[in-house]
This record gives sequence, C-alpha cells and structure tokens, in this order.
Amino acid sequence: MQERPEIDIDKLAMLARIHLTEEEKAAFAGQVSDILGFFQKLQEVDVEGIEPMAHPFDVAGPLREDVPGSPWEPSRALKNAPASRTDQIVVPKVVEDA
Amino acid sequence: MDTEGILEASAIELGKALHKGKVSSVEICTALADQVEAIDPEVGAFLTLDREKVLEAAAASDARREKGKKLSPIDGIPVGIKDVMAIEGEPLTCASRILEKFNSPYTGTVGNKLLSAGLIPFGRLNMDEFAMGSSTENSAVKKTRNPWNTEHAPGGSSGGSAAAVAARECPWSLGSDTGGSIRQPAAFCGVVGLKPTYGRVSRFGLAAFASSLDQIGPMGRSIDDVATLLDVISGPDPLDSTSWPEKLEAASVQLHMPDEPRKLGIPEEYFGEGIQPEVRSAVEEVIEVYRTVGYKIKKISLPHTGLAVPTYYIIATAEASSNLARYDGIRYTHRSPKAVDGIDLYYQSRGEGFGQEVKRRIILGSYVLSSGYYDAYYKRAQQVRTLIRNDFLKAFGEVDAILTPTTPSPAFQIGEKVDDPISMYLADIFTISVNLAGLPGLSMPCGLSESGLPIGFQLIGQPFAEGNLLQTGKAYEIAQPFKHRPALVTNNGK
Amino acid sequence: MPEYEAVIGLEVHVQLKTASKMFTDAPTGFAQPPNSLTNAIVMGLPGALPVLNKGAIEQAIRMGLIFNCEIPEVFQWDRKNYFYPDSPKNYQLTQMDAPVCMGGEVEIELSGPSRNQMGEHKIIHLDHAHLEEDVGKLTHFEKESLVDYNRAGTPLLEIVTQPDLRSADEAVALLQSIRMHLMAAGVSDCDMEKGQMRCDANVSVRPKGQSALNNRAEMKNLNSITGVKNAINYEIKRQSRAYDKGKEVPQETRRWDADASRTTSMRSKEEAHDYRYFPDPDLLPVRFPRSRVEELKASLPEGVFVRQRRYMEAYSLPYTVTSVICYDHELTGFFEEAMATYNKNPKALANYIANELQRERAQAEGDGMLPMEQVKLVPGELAGLVRLIDEGKLTKHLARDVLIEMFSSGKSAESIIEEKGIKAEPTDSSELEQWCRDAVAGNAVAAQQVRDGNEKAVNSFMGPIMKASKGKANPQAVRDMLLKIIAEG
Repeated sequence: MQERPEIDIDKLAMLARIHLTEEEKAAFAGQVSDILGFFQKLQEVDVEGIEPMAHPFDVAGPLREDVPGSPWEPSRALKNAPASRTDQIVVPKVVEDA
Repeated sequence: MDTEGILEASAIELGKALHKGKVSSVEICTALADQVEAIDPEVGAFLTLDREKVLEAAAASDARREKGKKLSPIDGIPVGIKDVMAIEGEPLTCASRILEKFNSPYTGTVGNKLLSAGLIPFGRLNMDEFAMGSSTENSAVKKTRNPWNTEHAPGGSSGGSAAAVAARECPWSLGSDTGGSIRQPAAFCGVVGLKPTYGRVSRFGLAAFASSLDQIGPMGRSIDDVATLLDVISGPDPLDSTSWPEKLEAASVQLHMPDEPRKLGIPEEYFGEGIQPEVRSAVEEVIEVYRTVGYKIKKISLPHTGLAVPTYYIIATAEASSNLARYDGIRYTHRSPKAVDGIDLYYQSRGEGFGQEVKRRIILGSYVLSSGYYDAYYKRAQQVRTLIRNDFLKAFGEVDAILTPTTPSPAFQIGEKVDDPISMYLADIFTISVNLAGLPGLSMPCGLSESGLPIGFQLIGQPFAEGNLLQTGKAYEIAQPFKHRPALVTNNGK
Repeated sequence: MPEYEAVIGLEVHVQLKTASKMFTDAPTGFAQPPNSLTNAIVMGLPGALPVLNKGAIEQAIRMGLIFNCEIPEVFQWDRKNYFYPDSPKNYQLTQMDAPVCMGGEVEIELSGPSRNQMGEHKIIHLDHAHLEEDVGKLTHFEKESLVDYNRAGTPLLEIVTQPDLRSADEAVALLQSIRMHLMAAGVSDCDMEKGQMRCDANVSVRPKGQSALNNRAEMKNLNSITGVKNAINYEIKRQSRAYDKGKEVPQETRRWDADASRTTSMRSKEEAHDYRYFPDPDLLPVRFPRSRVEELKASLPEGVFVRQRRYMEAYSLPYTVTSVICYDHELTGFFEEAMATYNKNPKALANYIANELQRERAQAEGDGMLPMEQVKLVPGELAGLVRLIDEGKLTKHLARDVLIEMFSSGKSAESIIEEKGIKAEPTDSSELEQWCRDAVAGNAVAAQQVRDGNEKAVNSFMGPIMKASKGKANPQAVRDMLLKIIAEG
C-alpha cells in the first residue's frame, strides 16, 4: 500500500507566502497528501548511481561579455507598479527579518 | 478572396493570396475579427482582441507590401497568441487575477521574431492560469469551450490557442507546452500542434511555469503552417541561456525535400489500460496508414513511462513554486488592499491573486523542495527523469520516431475532472514524458469519435529533428487528410 | 574559571568590479537616480531570464587565484528561495553546491610591537567562495518603505573562511588583507561605506585545549571595521561570561547594535527559513576554459606581502616605508612606474613617496588624503627629480622645494629649476670660496680638529655655509673647498 504523507499546511502556506482560507487549508491538506501518496511510486525505483537531470541537454552555459547596455527609464521599470513615489516602489513598512 | 475563403485558408495560402494581390492584410484581419465577434461569445478563446490596433498593423503591412518592402512572404498574416508571452504594450495576464492589469513594458524574443517577420499579434488567447491545467478551466477570466462540442473542454493549458484555430478565428496561433499543453488541446480541438525540442525556441519573454520543461510552439490546421511558424520563432538566443546554441536547418525547407519512409516505434506502454477503445482503434488505423505508405513499424518499450506523471509533477511544481514567487504584490502585480503590513502584503496579494490550482501546485512544490524532503522527492524525480530520457535515447537507436495516442480519450466534459486533480493530471499521461526528455512532439488529428470529437495521435522525434518529424506528419496528412469542420463553424456560431 | 579561546569564521561579501550586472547587461553603479539601472531582468518581470556575465566570473576566479583557491572545472547555480521586497524574483541566484572557488588561504599580518616593526604573519584558510547577486535597497520611513532596485543584481562574491581566526584583531587583519589584495588586482573597490564590502561573523568560544566547537552566534551585516572588531569582542565576552555562569550559549543569529554597542538575539526564526535550494533551471552549469584561467593568473599583480618582502630584500627598504607603499595599491603603482623610468635609487624614490608625497596629499586635503587621481605629480617626473639629485645637479635641500612645486603644478623638475633659476651650484666659484673662508674663520676649533685628522669635523661648517648659500651649494664641492682651505691653513 502506498503511504499518504501528512503535511503541515500552515507551514507550507507560510513558506509560499500565500494566505489560505480555512476551506482551502482543509481541501489542500487532503489533496496534497493524496498527490504525495501518488508520488510514492517513485520511492520504489532503484536510482542508485543515476545522475539527477536538471537540464534536458548537457551543454555548457553561455557567458555574456561584460559590456553594459542601455538601462530602462525608471518610468518604464515602474510602469505596472501598484504604488510608487519619487521613482521608487512604495511598500508598507517591513518589519525586519519577519 | 471572400470571407469564407479567408477563414478556411491556411496561413501559407493567405500569404500566397497576399502576394498575388487577391486579398489585403486589412481584409484578412477584418474577416477574422468579425469571425471572433460572431463566434467567440460561444467559444471563449480570446481574452482580449484590440481590433483597432490589429487593423492599424494590418494597414502598415499592406503599405509595406505595396512599396515592395515586405518583411517576409507571410508579412501581414495575423497570429493568435497565448496570453503568456511578452509583447510591449500588450496585456500579459497568464489568465490570472494577479496579472489582471499587467501591460508588458518589453517584448520577448518570440514576440520580436513575429514582429520582424511582419506577423500581426492577433489577440490574447485564454489558457489555464499560468499554464497549469489540462482543460483551460483554471483560467481566472473565463471558460473556453471546445468548438466541436461546447459542453466539452478544449483541453489545456493552451485551450484558447487550439480552440481559436479550430473555430477559424485565426489561421494559426502560438501556445506553450510544459507537459502537453500544446499537443493535448490540439488533439481535443482537431488541429496540429508542435512542441519543439527544448531549447529550439527561446523562452525569453515567456512567463515561466516550469523552466526546464517549457517550450513555445506553433498550432495550425496544416503541417506546412506549423513548420513555417516554427521557423519564424526558432533559433539561438543570447537572452536565453538554455536555448540551443547552434543554428538549425529550417523545418519548412526540410519539409519540401524528398521524404523517405522511416521506421516508427510503437511503445507498448502507451496502448495499455486507461486508453479508450475508440482512441486505440483510431491510432491503430494511423499505424496502418503509415504501413501502407511504406513506413516500417516496430514494437518498442519505454519501461519507465508509468513513472512520468509523478516525476513531472514533482519537477514542475518545484520549479513553479519558485518561478511564481515574483508575483508578490510589490512591483507590478495585484496588491491586496487588505494587507496590514509589508509581510502581510505577500500573503493577501498572493492569496487573492492566485486561483486554486496554482495555489495547490505552489504548496506542493514548496513541500517537495523543503528541507528534509528534497532528496526523497525532487532529487529522486530528477534521477527518474534521467531514466525516462534514457528510455527514449535507447529507442532512438532502433527507430526514427515514436507513434502514440496524444491523449487517452477525446475531450472530456467541462467540469468533469475539475475537483479531482490526480485524474486531471493523468490527462497528460502520454505527453509529459516528451517534456521530461526534452524531445519534440507533434499532435495531429486522425478522425472523430462516435460523438463527433476529434482524436489525435502523437509523433515523438529525436532532439532537434523537427524537420524529419514534420515530414513524417506530412506523409500522413497527404495519405489521410483531416477534412472535418466543427459544426459551430459551419453554422457560424448559430 | 577556565581560560577561553575564541573560534571565529568570517563570511566576507565583496561587490565585484564589473561594468554590468551579474545576469544582465544593465549597468552597475553607485548613487544613481533610483531605479535607473534596471530592465526586465533586474525587475524580475514575467518572462525575464538570466545570462551570466563573464566579467563577474573572471573577477571571482582572479580572487581565487590570488588566494590559491582551487578553481573547479564546472560550477553551477542554485536558487535560494525567500521573500523580501528588495529581492525582485523572491529568490536569489547563488552557488550552493558547486561554487567558483574551493579552499584557498589568505596571509594576514597582525599589528607589530610598534608602527616601525613588522607584526606576526598567519595563514587563514578559506572554505570556498561563491558568486551571488546583490539585492535592491530599502529606505525605511515611519509607515512605509521605498524600494530602489539599482543595486539588485550587482555581482557579489561571498568569501567564506574556515574557523581559523582567534581574535577580533585577526578578523580585522583578514579583512584588511582581503581588501588590499582585491583592490590591488582591481577585483573590488572594497569600500565598506559604500557597501562594497560587508561581513558576517560566526563566533564561538571554548575552553583552551578543547577541540570540539561550541555553539556559535552568527552576526549579520557588520558594515565597518570597528563594527567587526567591537561586535566580535562583545560576543567573546558575552559567551565567556555565560559559560562562567554555567549557562548554555544557543546557536543563533544575532544583530550588532552599533549605537548600544551590544549584540541582540534576532529571536531564532530559523525554522521559518527553509530556503528550498535547488539547481537553477534557467542557467546551465558553466565550464570555464582552463586556458583562460591561466591567462587570468598571468594577469594578476604580485601578492602584497610577497612584494613587500621583495622590496625589503632587493631594495633594502625599511619595513615602515614598504608598509606604506605596498599596502596601498595606488602607491605601489606609483612606485613601480617611477622605477620604470629610473631604477638606480629605489630607496630615495620610496622615501619621497612614503613621506613627501603622502604629506603633501594630507596637506592638500583638509580632512583625509587628496585622492591619487587628483595628484598632479606624475611618477616619471618624481623619478626625474631623483635622477637630478643623484647626478649632483640638485641638492636634497632644494629638491624638497622643487617637489612641493611639482606636486602643486604638475610641472617637471627641470622646468621648475629653469623657471626659478634654481641652480645646483653657485655659478661663481669665488662666491663659494668666500662662504667657506668665512666659515673656517668662524670656527677655528673645528678647523684644528680637521687638521688633526678628524675629517668628520668638516660637517660643523656645513650648516653656516648652506645658510649663507640659501641651500644652493653643492655639498661635495663645499667639502672639497673646505678641505683645501683648512689644509692651506
């Protein structure tokens, strides 16, 4: 039988910085556990010595010459900003290291 | 060229008609915009279509052509765009509330390539929010309906792109495919869709879902159109580190070279349980057609196929949980008015801005990457991904391409799977291995089910062998042309 | 009460000197208008992708080569996931698994018994150094904060030492050594005031003789040399006292409060920080050509302490002079350039630079030193001045005034001599003879001593003669004339 891991939905919501309603929490806790149970299939595979694959092709990453291009006007960078002042983004006060 | 002719023509035919002066870009765009107006309330493929802007671009194209300064043979042809690619001055919402008001301040590489070929961005097409889903029901804006039967889903996540092409609202369109998001809706809507080899098309400007799996690809009603649009958008890009560094031969050129019958592999794992009998028999008929035109057919095995769905969902959700962190209410997205402080701003904005499936996947992705679970889930999935790719590499030692059904069933009903994520995830069971292995995959229509819904088959090619893959597709298209039209189109929305 | 020993490791962040950002061609810069150094990538817009800056990698590798790090064949990029408004993507691209530099060692010099004496040298081992991107800047107001992303994406190199340091002084010496070497090689400007060099310190204490490590406090963002010193000293005391009282010292992050001169716990939200590292799928692993590593190696300047030892041995320069010239790469450059013009008298050149030039710079600027780029005196001309002295065409006494003039006008020694009519010798040798005769007449005792065989007594006449000649007399000519007159006696 496949194991169905219990999850700490509050912790995950905190890591993801997503406010969940009580209904969402209840629904997601169940669904995510089910899905993780479904993922247990992978635990049965022998992966000893198998290289993890992070990219489809084994090519080296390209490098860019250190030549500066034209930066954007601040107005372009802030075009969709929900709140801005003196060409800066306004955010409600951030409590240090919360 | 009359309206009917414009709507039915392939993009290449429209190009020829433009060349001969039989039609203008303004006429083409007007006819299509009228069609959208007439039929889209029924279909729901378009999120937005700025008619004035389109006609302005069309007039500019006509003027270029008149002066002999056309940018390409297809200058002036409209192309529908999944609302996930950046074009400056156009919305880019990913069908999400969180980007509801976002207007792109820049153009991505594919957008630039379209514009430099003179193609006209024609509306923003509906999709599952952030390309997460297989039915387009996860759009925060609206539902898209399958033009063949509006009770049914068009598939997803590029449901709008597939439905618009099927409904003759545009000759071709662009979609994006992370686990089947071009091919599955192409199969459901009876059109041709290609997911290119990973790295063939730049991702710069494509709002990321899962970076190591995403590819933009063309959708159309013929192999020639799909090949032509592929060539427009392909090529190395210094702005995308994962784009393939070498210039590749144009697929449309290769398409016109003599075809030799090839050897097709039939993987037993794709014809087992779970596939609907009428899909199985339709694909078996495809195999017969190939045999008739001289192809060799060989049974093969891709033994790790059964692991593809969990492997995919671990990798895709992990990458997504990180990729979607930038939508935070700070710089350019929806900002919740409820936030009490700078930290709460994240929780509220993201809580309000994301839909259920997106939240579910972010939660899942956060879990598989979290401390203590990384090795058991994410790392292990990457190792199994290697095994899945190796299955394909081994198979390609024996065959030129692999033939499978695109989906286990024709289009399901709207609402049918919406509360059951796992069953929705299984809708991609035949397409996701291709993304995991980074290979090109082509879906083509091969008939209708008893209830009149299209059935599609998939051809999987070797890396960067899109030319060969499309040749193989074309061999079928010639032998067994797909001539059906959705009733909705025939009745023109009535 | 046992005697305690501190065990300290540093994480030193330095901004690398590049023209463009780490993952995009937006320019780097300091004190520019807000959000004027941005683009789609810097702002983390949907669809934006990173492309690596070769210049940043080369700077990191140069750092590695300076400190004998191993440069692996392949290095890769990971995402560190956390939310903060200064982080545009809400993940930071960094190197968790395969960093650009492994191992390495930094030579440090501790303070000597006096300013004139070289202090003890020690080797501090590096664990590794990894590349990452800097974040934007938040300005806090009462109810809200403003965010400027100009700094976001600036290449940062984090140099992580092994816990080899045993005192705050050693930590400071390490920072100074890193700073001197990186500035000399042009890898970073290391200006702590501009945030180009920042430091986290891991501090624990243990009874002397114990080999196991105790829990450590990690102190974040020590932004000045004094901050580093005071914070570490405070922590050593705090932890020692705790152990003396039989208390446990928890493993935690602490903040240095410079105003209150103490560290405070950042109330361990450690469990909240799960960075969910994973390989960045947007960047492929980098294979950097070995041949280029060799080229970079060849382009590096001589190590600061290596050069100092060489100057002391080859040129017989005193420690004090070498510590002025070698520890400041601009002065080193000045000296080397002057030597390239005239290398017969390194001692004189070095002295002029370490003393006169430095004094003039200090005097030119009310507070601090006149920046070298504003100094008008050029190395070749200083070399020219020393050559004139060596050739007997100018006295040292006069040279001092000429040098001051050179410093303020940027003219050559020759043109100043010409303009002012300064001559190394009086034109009229009868004038010289007269000064000498007057001097001898004025000091018969000394004249007798010379006649009795004490040649050094000649020096007694020099003062009055130089005074009479206003310093113009050539000392050798004076000496010859004096001996002649006294012998005539």
